Amino acid sequence: MSKISLEVNGKKITKEVPDHTLLSVFLREILNLTGTHVGCDTSQCGACVVHVDGKSIKSCTAFAADLNGSKITTIEGIAQNGKMHPMQEAFKKLHGLQCGFCTPGMVMSAIDLLQNNKKPSDTEIRDWLEGNICRCTGYQNIVAAVKEAASKM
Amino acid sequence: MKTFNYHSAKDVKEASKLASSNSAFLAGGMTTIPSIKLGLATYKDIINIKNIKSLSGIKASSKTLKIGATTKHVEVANSKDVKKAIPSLAALAEGIGDPQVRNRGTIGGSIANNDPSADYPSACIALNAVIHTNSRKIEAEKFFKGMFETALKSGEIIEAIEFSIPEKSNYQKYPNPASRYAVVGVYVAKHKGEVNVAVTGAKSCVYNDKDLAKALSKNFSSSVIDNVKISSSGMNSDIHASAEYRANMIRVFAKKAVEAC
Repeated sequence: MSKISLEVNGKKITKEVPDHTLLSVFLREILNLTGTHVGCDTSQCGACVVHVDGKSIKSCTAFAADLNGSKITTIEGIAQNGKMHPMQEAFKKLHGLQCGFCTPGMVMSAIDLLQNNKKPSDTEIRDWLEGNICRCTGYQNIVAAVKEAASKM
Repeated sequence: MKTFNYHSAKDVKEASKLASSNSAFLAGGMTTIPSIKLGLATYKDIINIKNIKSLSGIKASSKTLKIGATTKHVEVANSKDVKKAIPSLAALAEGIGDPQVRNRGTIGGSIANNDPSADYPSACIALNAVIHTNSRKIEAEKFFKGMFETALKSGEIIEAIEFSIPEKSNYQKYPNPASRYAVVGVYVAKHKGEVNVAVTGAKSCVYNDKDLAKALSKNFSSSVIDNVKISSSGMNSDIHASAEYRANMIRVFAKKAVEAC
């Protein structure tokens, strides 16, 4: 067992967890933050993307014990005062989703893109979303949503 | 997933002391964690080395570029020093996996794993790298032993990789559409007096194609590549590509790389 202290969506948390606990399991099963989805569980699909110290990572491929002292932001942590994040707004407005399973990861990954590149081109958006798989939309509206969010952020 | 004891080492000495035949060092974990999850590997002890500050960072000198073992792919891709000294190496790092892999994965981890389709081993061979460990310095040619096999001994930790800055270099690869691992990757580097043509993805282990290297050392022009025999014997054949396809891609990429130099 490892005792870990970290910050999740601005809230300080200390828990004792088995050493092999994945971050995705820690978030979903211990903190009940089920907005982070687990699709493939093999770090390919990107549904589980969260931010660790501001950078996007796949939470199914990180140990919670390894993130002691980190600041973690999940999809539940990006709305402010009940108002959706501009990226969420854009996905809603432009139908950047159908079933919605991949959406938490898409949104978290796309926010990280705009942190690195404020005005990405279509190609840059598609390159960046290489690690996020959507089986419904064909990506067209996702790319449009990321561009819309870029114009608002 | 089988459980293990997690340790976080504060320095190289402590990490090495904690190591046994049944342990693994954990940096980015981009291969180690999936391997444990899939049951391909089990360990009694997992030793985190990410908090050891001396293992991370990039130092450029006039002749070499030294990159700490736990330096992440994203740091290599974005480094001004790397872009200036060896732009092909920054481009290689930018092409690994996806942004989330690049935010976690490390150069030392990639090399220690020696996946036959990984990108970094080809850079080590092409750029005459010297692998610095906590006990010795190993030339890249002697470091990569075979499929997932290196010259590292139990408890030995890679501290840094020191690349020779070439006159010109370029890396070309055909990435697997799902994983971005190289189905075939060719790294051409022209040094003073010699050329290396490192090939990854084609055989069970990265190698320097001596025939291509010899031809290009005499005349550094893509036209000479057509006259070099590239045998598909011993090359990988799988659902991604046949051995003959891989052999042909080596020729195609070697030409492209020389032309892009």
